[in-house]
Amino acid sequence: MPSEYLGVLIFLMVATAFSIGALVLGEFFRLRRPYAEKLMPYESGNIPVGEPHMRFSVKFYIIAMLFVVFDVEAVFLYPWAVVFDKIGLYAFVEMVIFIVILFVGYIYAWRKEAFVWD
Amino acid sequence: MNSYALIPFLPLAAFVINILFGRKYLKENAHWVSILAVAGSWVLAVMALVDVLGGNTINFDLYTWMLSGGFKVSVGFLIDQLTVVMLIVVTTCSTLIHIYSVGYMHGDSGYYRFFAYLSLFTFSMLMLVMANNFLQLYFGWEGVGLCSYFLIGYYFNKKSASDAGKKAFIVNRFGDFGFGLGIFVVFLTFGTVYYEPVFSQAGGLAEATFNFLGYDVHLMTLIALLLFCGSVGKSAQIPLHVWLPDAMEGPTPVSALIHAATMVTAGVFLVARCSPIFSLSETALMVVALTGAITSLFAATIGLVQNDLKRIIAYSTVSQLGYMFLACGVGAYTAGIFHLYTHAFFKALLFLCAGSVMHAMGGELDIQKMGNLKKYMPVTYMTMLIASFSISGIPGLAGFFSKDEILWMAYAGESPVGKFVWAIGTLVAFLTAFYSFRLIFLTFHGKFRGTHDQEHHLHESPKSMTIPLMLLCVGAVAAGWVGIPALIGEKIGVHNYIAEFMKPVLGHPEGHGTHAEEMVVMLISIAVGLAGIGLAYFMYILRPELPARLAQQLSAVYRVLFNKYYVDELYSFIIVRPAIWIAKNVLIGITDARIIEAVVNGVPSAIAAFSSGLRKIQTGLMQHYATIMATGILIIVAIMLLR
Amino acid sequence: MPIAMPNLIPVMPELVMTGVAIILLMAELVIKRKETLGFLSLISVGLISYLLLGSAGTTFGGMFVSDGYSTFFKLIFMANLVLTVLISPKYLQTMRINFGEYYALTLFATLGMMLMASAADIIVLYLGLELMALSTYVLAGFIRYDMKSNEAAIKYLLLGAFASAILLYGTSLIYGLTGTTNLRDIAVYITHNGLAKNPLLMVSMIFFAVAFSFKIAAVPFHMWAPDAYEGAPTPITAFMSVGPKAAGFAVLGRVFLVAFGSVKTDWSVILIPIAVLTMAIGNILALSQTNIKRMLAYSSIAHAGYMLLGIIAGTPAGISSVLNYMFIYAFMNIGAFAIVIMLRTEGFAGEDISDYEGLGKTHPTAAALMLVFMFSLTGIPPMAGFMGKFYLFMSAINAGYTWIVIVAVLFSAISAYFYLRIVMLMYMKEPKEVIQLNTSPGIGLALAVTVSAVILIGILPAKVLALAQQAVTSF
Repeated sequence: MPSEYLGVLIFLMVATAFSIGALVLGEFFRLRRPYAEKLMPYESGNIPVGEPHMRFSVKFYIIAMLFVVFDVEAVFLYPWAVVFDKIGLYAFVEMVIFIVILFVGYIYAWRKEAFVWD
Repeated sequence: MNSYALIPFLPLAAFVINILFGRKYLKENAHWVSILAVAGSWVLAVMALVDVLGGNTINFDLYTWMLSGGFKVSVGFLIDQLTVVMLIVVTTCSTLIHIYSVGYMHGDSGYYRFFAYLSLFTFSMLMLVMANNFLQLYFGWEGVGLCSYFLIGYYFNKKSASDAGKKAFIVNRFGDFGFGLGIFVVFLTFGTVYYEPVFSQAGGLAEATFNFLGYDVHLMTLIALLLFCGSVGKSAQIPLHVWLPDAMEGPTPVSALIHAATMVTAGVFLVARCSPIFSLSETALMVVALTGAITSLFAATIGLVQNDLKRIIAYSTVSQLGYMFLACGVGAYTAGIFHLYTHAFFKALLFLCAGSVMHAMGGELDIQKMGNLKKYMPVTYMTMLIASFSISGIPGLAGFFSKDEILWMAYAGESPVGKFVWAIGTLVAFLTAFYSFRLIFLTFHGKFRGTHDQEHHLHESPKSMTIPLMLLCVGAVAAGWVGIPALIGEKIGVHNYIAEFMKPVLGHPEGHGTHAEEMVVMLISIAVGLAGIGLAYFMYILRPELPARLAQQLSAVYRVLFNKYYVDELYSFIIVRPAIWIAKNVLIGITDARIIEAVVNGVPSAIAAFSSGLRKIQTGLMQHYATIMATGILIIVAIMLLR
Repeated sequence: MPIAMPNLIPVMPELVMTGVAIILLMAELVIKRKETLGFLSLISVGLISYLLLGSAGTTFGGMFVSDGYSTFFKLIFMANLVLTVLISPKYLQTMRINFGEYYALTLFATLGMMLMASAADIIVLYLGLELMALSTYVLAGFIRYDMKSNEAAIKYLLLGAFASAILLYGTSLIYGLTGTTNLRDIAVYITHNGLAKNPLLMVSMIFFAVAFSFKIAAVPFHMWAPDAYEGAPTPITAFMSVGPKAAGFAVLGRVFLVAFGSVKTDWSVILIPIAVLTMAIGNILALSQTNIKRMLAYSSIAHAGYMLLGIIAGTPAGISSVLNYMFIYAFMNIGAFAIVIMLRTEGFAGEDISDYEGLGKTHPTAAALMLVFMFSLTGIPPMAGFMGKFYLFMSAINAGYTWIVIVAVLFSAISAYFYLRIVMLMYMKEPKEVIQLNTSPGIGLALAVTVSAVILIGILPAKVLALAQQAVTSF
């Protein structure tokens, strides 16, 4: 059984070596001439204001979570759509139920004013 | 489910209903529930009797409480000849006394409570007699005890009543300890607590002994004597008889039901039930016979001089219980149960009559302050007179047949102490007749010696009280007719039905004597009964000044008897006071303060100290918790892999 | 190749529950009287219990099984749910947290437990476990304005995530070792390939044991329990002390006896120290508690220790006595919590043990009920708790673990001290102040049910035990 995974292992090793190698090589060959403006964090050309470790509203989390939920939905939908014509009615109904459940969650979040910023 | 299982559970249901709804809803109607329930039990008991008469015995487990290996605890019922006789006695007396209580307890503030306890008692008693295993017997045994303490202390505001309840409780501890130990030995010996396997295996272990501290102890004797300890306590035999007279502090229907007709006879029932074990030990039987004989004599002599109406009857109960044990001890279990059965009727009747008298006298119990009541209370007088004739062994009445059976069995049986206990029994028969009629004459005849107020107030009791009296009176007359001895029976064409009926469970030893001898024994017992009545008539009717003079001349004897042989004082001196002294000085002073305190408080406080130390682990900090979990995992992994 | 329609009969109760939970969540948006939602969930429990009884079978390619074992546990979950819903409304009003999500979340948590009980595959097991856990995390933090409640939720969440990770790690190890997540296939693979002494198998078993020990709050994975139990809303504490624990035992029993049945000697070595420690720490620490919810938390830890004995015994008798005990425990524990809830009024926590002083005089009925529950938790006959303990200990003795039973008896003697202290306070002390009871018909009904169950099972234990014995014949 392990031999089947040999390719994966080699792939992993090559990927690791490549990413580390790129960084190490870059460190070797690049020029280094730092000055104050260059070390400043890039903020679309504006002068940065305040601390970089800023606290931001918990509401971002809600948006982020909702995003993840519907992202996952999309991930599920994709392979389902690919083989849609072969898997029959049951799989269709199953997916409808899945979407309905998520939709219920969406309505709930909406009515609870999760999308209202203030 | 077998409908006979309802016999005990109907009263239980009544108890539950009364205790839950009695105070708020039923109030003055509480008696209906209890009476209907116990009457239902009576009907079922009669059906059971018919069934058993038809030759069936019923033995079934209702449900198993727990089962583990050979140890099985379940509620099961055995309905055989012995059970059925007890069922009839218990349900009949209980029903009549329930009805009587309606009148007697009328207007009492704890009316519903009284009936609830009465029902609970009936339930426990029925569980006791219907049990098919020792544990259930024990459960019923403790149950009736508990109800009895409740009811003795029913007037809990009265100090003497609550003291009497306490006394009954403590005295019974002694007996029940032995009884419990007996059941334990039964389980160790037979591996089961069920009657059927125990009794069928008992024969095979007849000679079994075991070594205890270098002595060979006969196993069956040990078991029998331990079980008998319980009987001695419950049936108030010497030396544990002291609680019963004090128990008269309870309401009179309670005295009639619990302390005369049913509960106190449980001891006799136990001996009869365990007759297969008792019969294997001559020693145990002898102990039973002698305890019974001595108690009956002892209690009868005390009864001669008492003045408290209920206490006289109480001593009479103790004495008659002794009679029953005497019968069992000579191997005549049937005679013992027969006497139990007749006694239940006439003794309950005596108590209820006493209650009726008390009712009329406004609670007065001193017979020296009564007299001539027959004028005011004809029904009470007649019924009590008949009951007294019955207990005195006047031919034709219930008491005569059972008493005669016992005396004949004692005389003619195989017991080595048979002749001796017969002699005592005959003497007791004389004393019984005497004190019973002393009671009758002092109470109902002569001149009224109470206060003017009391005389004015005298009246016959209400119907609900007199009707049970009359019904019980029928029992006191006719209950014995099922056990007419062959000697007479042959002539009038009837059998000794009860002996034949009980034979399958209790056996029926034939007396080794001629008809002539039997006739003589019977005539003697009739003669002493009549002599006792005659003497009482002479002393209290013809020469009423005689008793006082006699008491003066024999003042030493009189005082000893009046003070009940100073047994209470003796116990107080050798047990109660030392116990209190030890409790005060040794237990509280040394043991309690040093040892118990150290153990009871020390162990928990050590654990508590340990506990609060350990508590510090629960810091409330997440990272500590996670660390502890991770450490736990690592330790387990290490243990498992390095094993 | 069209996917065939799987047999939905075995999973029907779960499907209905999902539907009801979703409907409740929607209904919450429109219904103003939140008690209505509780009422709806009670009705659905009736329907689901009915479906449960006819749901035997295996489905989803052997991943989901509905047998006597799962049904017995699901009945416990139903009882747990019903009792929790009954004792909740008044408390939620008093605490001003009367939100409808509460009922939906309890349903979701129960759904997770049901999946766990029926899981014949570790994936389903994990799915159920997470559904249950996530819902309970939220419920534990339901009093949003209360710091303690928040603390309870966050601790429970973080440590729970830790435990979940360990479970997943164990799963990946076992999958790597056997190539399957199906419990029966794992068992077959272990016996066929002689993996008995394989260190990876040991480690993965340890990880399963740890993860489940976390759910049943066994020492040393119990650390979350006292804090979470104390901070959570009291009905949820009751709910958590029974439901997740029962679910934990359900999966513990199934995984260890089905998948690892052949290496029982190895895993009993893992569980024995856990059991002994659990009984010790639970009982000893309960002694020094002054908050009744914390005391009951430690008590519930200790009870998990007793129940582990049945799993360690591993015999059908042992497992059935665990089922039996869990059933009894559900009633006596929720009953005790119901009393705790009654003492809570607006502005008065009633959670201090000293608040019970003199309750026997001021509120005799409540005190008598508490007495019954305390007696039962101690294991005094004729209460049900005695029978539960008796069968547990007997099964362990018959399986040859006499010394652990002796330890268990000793610790349960210690437990008498803190249970009966409550009784002592109620009856022997004078009331300090007049305490108002916060009663409601729901609590009254729940108390009536629990107290009669505790007494009836104590007197008639055979029925439940027979049911439990029947339940374990299925594997």
